[in-house]
Amino acid sequence: MSLTRLLAIARKEVVQILRDVRSLIIVVLMPGVLVLLFGYGVSLDLKGLPVYVLDQDDSQQSQDLLKHFQASEYFHVEHVVAGYKELTRAIDDGHAKMGIVIPWDFSQRLRDGRLIEIQAIVDGSDDNSANVLIGYTEAVVQGYSAQMQINWLRERGISIQPAAMNVETRTWYNEDLESSAFIIPGVLALVMSVIGAFLTSLTISREWERGTMEQLISTPVTTMEIMLGKLAPYFVLGMFDTVISALIAIHWFHVPFRGSWATLMVASAMFMVVVLSLGFFISVLAKSQFAASQIALLITFLPAFLLSGFLFSIEQMPVVLQWITRILPARYYVSVLKKIFLKGTPAAMLYADLIPLVVFTFVLALVATRSFHKRLE
Amino acid sequence: MPENNNSVVVENLVKRFGNYVVVDRINLEVSKGEIFGFLGPNGAGKSTTIRMLCGLLKPTSGHAEVAGFDVSRYPESVRQNIGYMSQRFSLYNDLKVIENIRLFAGLYSVPASNLQQRIEWALRMANLKGQENLITATLPGGWKQRLALGCAVLHKPPVIFLDEPTSGVDPITRRQFWELIHQMAEEGVTVFVTTHYMEEAEYCNRLALIFRGRIVALGTPSELKRDSMNGELLLVECEPLGDAVEALQSAPGVIDAAVFGNALHLVVAEAARSIPQLESYLAGRGITVTRMEKIRPSLEDVFVSLTTGREAAEERAS
Amino acid sequence: MMDHFQSAIVVEGLTKSFPGVRAVDALSFEVRSSEIFGLVGPDGAGKTTTLRMLAGIMPPDAGKAMVAGFDVASDPEGAKHALSYMPQRFGLYEDLTVDENIRFYADLFGVNKAERDTRSEQLLQAAGMSEFRKRLAGKLSGGMKQKLGLVCALIHRPKVILLDEPTTGVDPVSRRDFWRILYELVAEGVTILISTAYLDEAERCHRVALLHQGKLLFCDTPANLKAKFGKGVLSITAAEPRILRDELKDAEGISSLLLTGDGLHVVVDNTARRIPEYEARLKRAKIPFDAIQQVAPSIEDLFVDAVGAGAAPHA
Repeated sequence: MSLTRLLAIARKEVVQILRDVRSLIIVVLMPGVLVLLFGYGVSLDLKGLPVYVLDQDDSQQSQDLLKHFQASEYFHVEHVVAGYKELTRAIDDGHAKMGIVIPWDFSQRLRDGRLIEIQAIVDGSDDNSANVLIGYTEAVVQGYSAQMQINWLRERGISIQPAAMNVETRTWYNEDLESSAFIIPGVLALVMSVIGAFLTSLTISREWERGTMEQLISTPVTTMEIMLGKLAPYFVLGMFDTVISALIAIHWFHVPFRGSWATLMVASAMFMVVVLSLGFFISVLAKSQFAASQIALLITFLPAFLLSGFLFSIEQMPVVLQWITRILPARYYVSVLKKIFLKGTPAAMLYADLIPLVVFTFVLALVATRSFHKRLE
Repeated sequence: MPENNNSVVVENLVKRFGNYVVVDRINLEVSKGEIFGFLGPNGAGKSTTIRMLCGLLKPTSGHAEVAGFDVSRYPESVRQNIGYMSQRFSLYNDLKVIENIRLFAGLYSVPASNLQQRIEWALRMANLKGQENLITATLPGGWKQRLALGCAVLHKPPVIFLDEPTSGVDPITRRQFWELIHQMAEEGVTVFVTTHYMEEAEYCNRLALIFRGRIVALGTPSELKRDSMNGELLLVECEPLGDAVEALQSAPGVIDAAVFGNALHLVVAEAARSIPQLESYLAGRGITVTRMEKIRPSLEDVFVSLTTGREAAEERAS
Repeated sequence: MMDHFQSAIVVEGLTKSFPGVRAVDALSFEVRSSEIFGLVGPDGAGKTTTLRMLAGIMPPDAGKAMVAGFDVASDPEGAKHALSYMPQRFGLYEDLTVDENIRFYADLFGVNKAERDTRSEQLLQAAGMSEFRKRLAGKLSGGMKQKLGLVCALIHRPKVILLDEPTTGVDPVSRRDFWRILYELVAEGVTILISTAYLDEAERCHRVALLHQGKLLFCDTPANLKAKFGKGVLSITAAEPRILRDELKDAEGISSLLLTGDGLHVVVDNTARRIPEYEARLKRAKIPFDAIQQVAPSIEDLFVDAVGAGAAPHA
């Protein structure tokens, strides 16, 4: 193997990447964009949801209940309306995601110790936020209700610990933060799939399409030199982008990082080889750049998105799909990522995920190498 | 509508891009039924002129009329009355033969009443009757040519533009294609050809050579070979060839000397005078001449002589 | 006198088929050292396929092919350092500069920096492209791209160069410059195998092989081919060539009659006899014409005669 030839191929590939605006945008901006997209996209919706209130009682107690709603960061009480029609219209127009009706006899029932029904009308067209709203509303109301009960009992000389009420609230408040911490590590797998498979898949097919491959294979360069030379720049770029994404996750989104960087790098390097091999293989098989890029997206990005456990938990999937995820390298990598970030699992304990990843690495690299021949047929 | 027999009239046509004059006062008259060839190096203004004549580009100044329509004022009418065929870009390779024909019929707005008849005509002309459902990509070269031509003239335009229509095609197929062109010309269709392929240029009734935006030669192929060459052409066979070229570059009366296969081609001012002169010149340098005679210049010789001669003249003038 | 020529390329019974078509059919020829050999024929004749097999990028179905002493059928990689292949679409990287393209190919052939610098300067100067080193290859004109392709092919001083239709679509002046470079190379001892669909380009080669549908029609120097032709060629100029054609088309002695832009191109059995015959005939029919001259046969005349002027295009 000639180092000169290998470097010549690598150098050419780098120059071509740098001179192609589209690849450059993908390489430079995409990691950041993806992390920010998933970081914010998942959690932002569920705060400050607009709420309109119809307070038919307008007493000090009803005002007190309202304050509890306003104190929660999940609600934003936009408007207190005077009538039902205004309330329903606000929900219809989309100005409010939820309307709350406090009945006219709220304070009276409170004094009498009777059951009070607070009405909450929720915009169910957005399933996600509707569920959250209902949950939070129940929490706020129950919290208030418990508070009232404690007051009532205290007035009668019985004191009760309010501990139970608070625990529930904390769970709700944390869940959000956890979900972004849960999701972001998996974004690294997406970043790698795009760079490793999508960009790489263009490399061989582009040379065929442009006609330069014909001359290339008439020179003494070997298939190994072509493969390594072409993939090396993408490997470096992919690892670099992974580090950038990890840093954004940790320092911008404060995703906890409890494991070791060494393990992260090794696992990432392996996954990188996997996607690069896949990308190369696709590039060899596909007749055109267009076909190559579509196949790459279908085989790497889409499964990484839907089936790797990055966004949707594998345990909740139908059994058939769960079995399918076993042959997805992304599944193992995402699992490793989550464990390194969130649990700080040491490398030795990751064997269940790392061993399949190692196997994939070898098998796919071998397949890719064997797939390319210096021949026109 | 043209009162005379001219189908294309060009008067002082100019096209400027910014400060750069690409077409510099071109004057032409092409009669109905004439096969007219446009030659010139790339960047000489050939394609720009053709585009103006096709109504695709507006002239900066000057006047051009194609099929009776002023190209500046009525470009759409011009386009409705011309056909364009380029060897490489005319047909959609993944469509069937009949689909291509129908597509072009639609593009050229062939009226429904004529449609079937024109389709039949195109198929017969291309020798593809019965093969309508073949995918165009699978047709051998010669047939694609004829199909492309058929598609370009479905609407019976009075003027057609052909861009290197038969390059790469075998000579027999080429001759058959040009038979078709000749028939069309006989029926009064004016044919404009652009090409680098001197074998195609020979089929033209008249040729114009464009260089740096100007016409530097205009006439029949024979006229050009006879009159436009800057000098006369000699064929020289001698041993050793390599030394001879060098020696002859600086020989008296030699305008140009170049290797050509196993011999040399020399451009001299006057063959009769140069032959004896050069024979002794070479003998004096130990070079044995086995053959030295005047030969007819080819169109390529004319082309090269005119363009490089011009370049040299312009360089000397500047 | 030495009779033995060292052959740079030897082809024997070379055959290659694709589904439905025999692209190259038992082709045999030899190319001598320091010669420009033309593989001439229309599209589909088998030129590109032959060159690809010789370049070691397409395995033949049968036959032998030796290039620069290596058997490219059994050991395609062995020959690659000694040869250069320039395909029809040139292997230029449009997003790389002239210098970067040259460096790339130099590295692939193991040319060291010093040698690369001298050689590229020499070649670029010969091609008149020295000021364009930093320009992107995509921004070069067609003629310059072709010259750059040649420079990249020559950077490692190959013994044999395979050129696939390098002058297609290029104007005659650039074509002439290109051939000048080829002649200089041959003087330096390089062997060139060039394919072309331009039959008139065949005349510039030292020897030519005419191909038609994968088979060899003839192989010899252009001069010998014409000398062996055995028929004469007449050129008749006239203002109304069609009338001329209609009159002469059933005249005796004509093998083929071609209408050109300003006259007729006629292949006859015997010029000495037929010229006065046709002159008389035309005068009798009161058909005006300028002159009847004998001209040298062109390669196209030979081709058409061999294949048959009446043959329809083959499917």
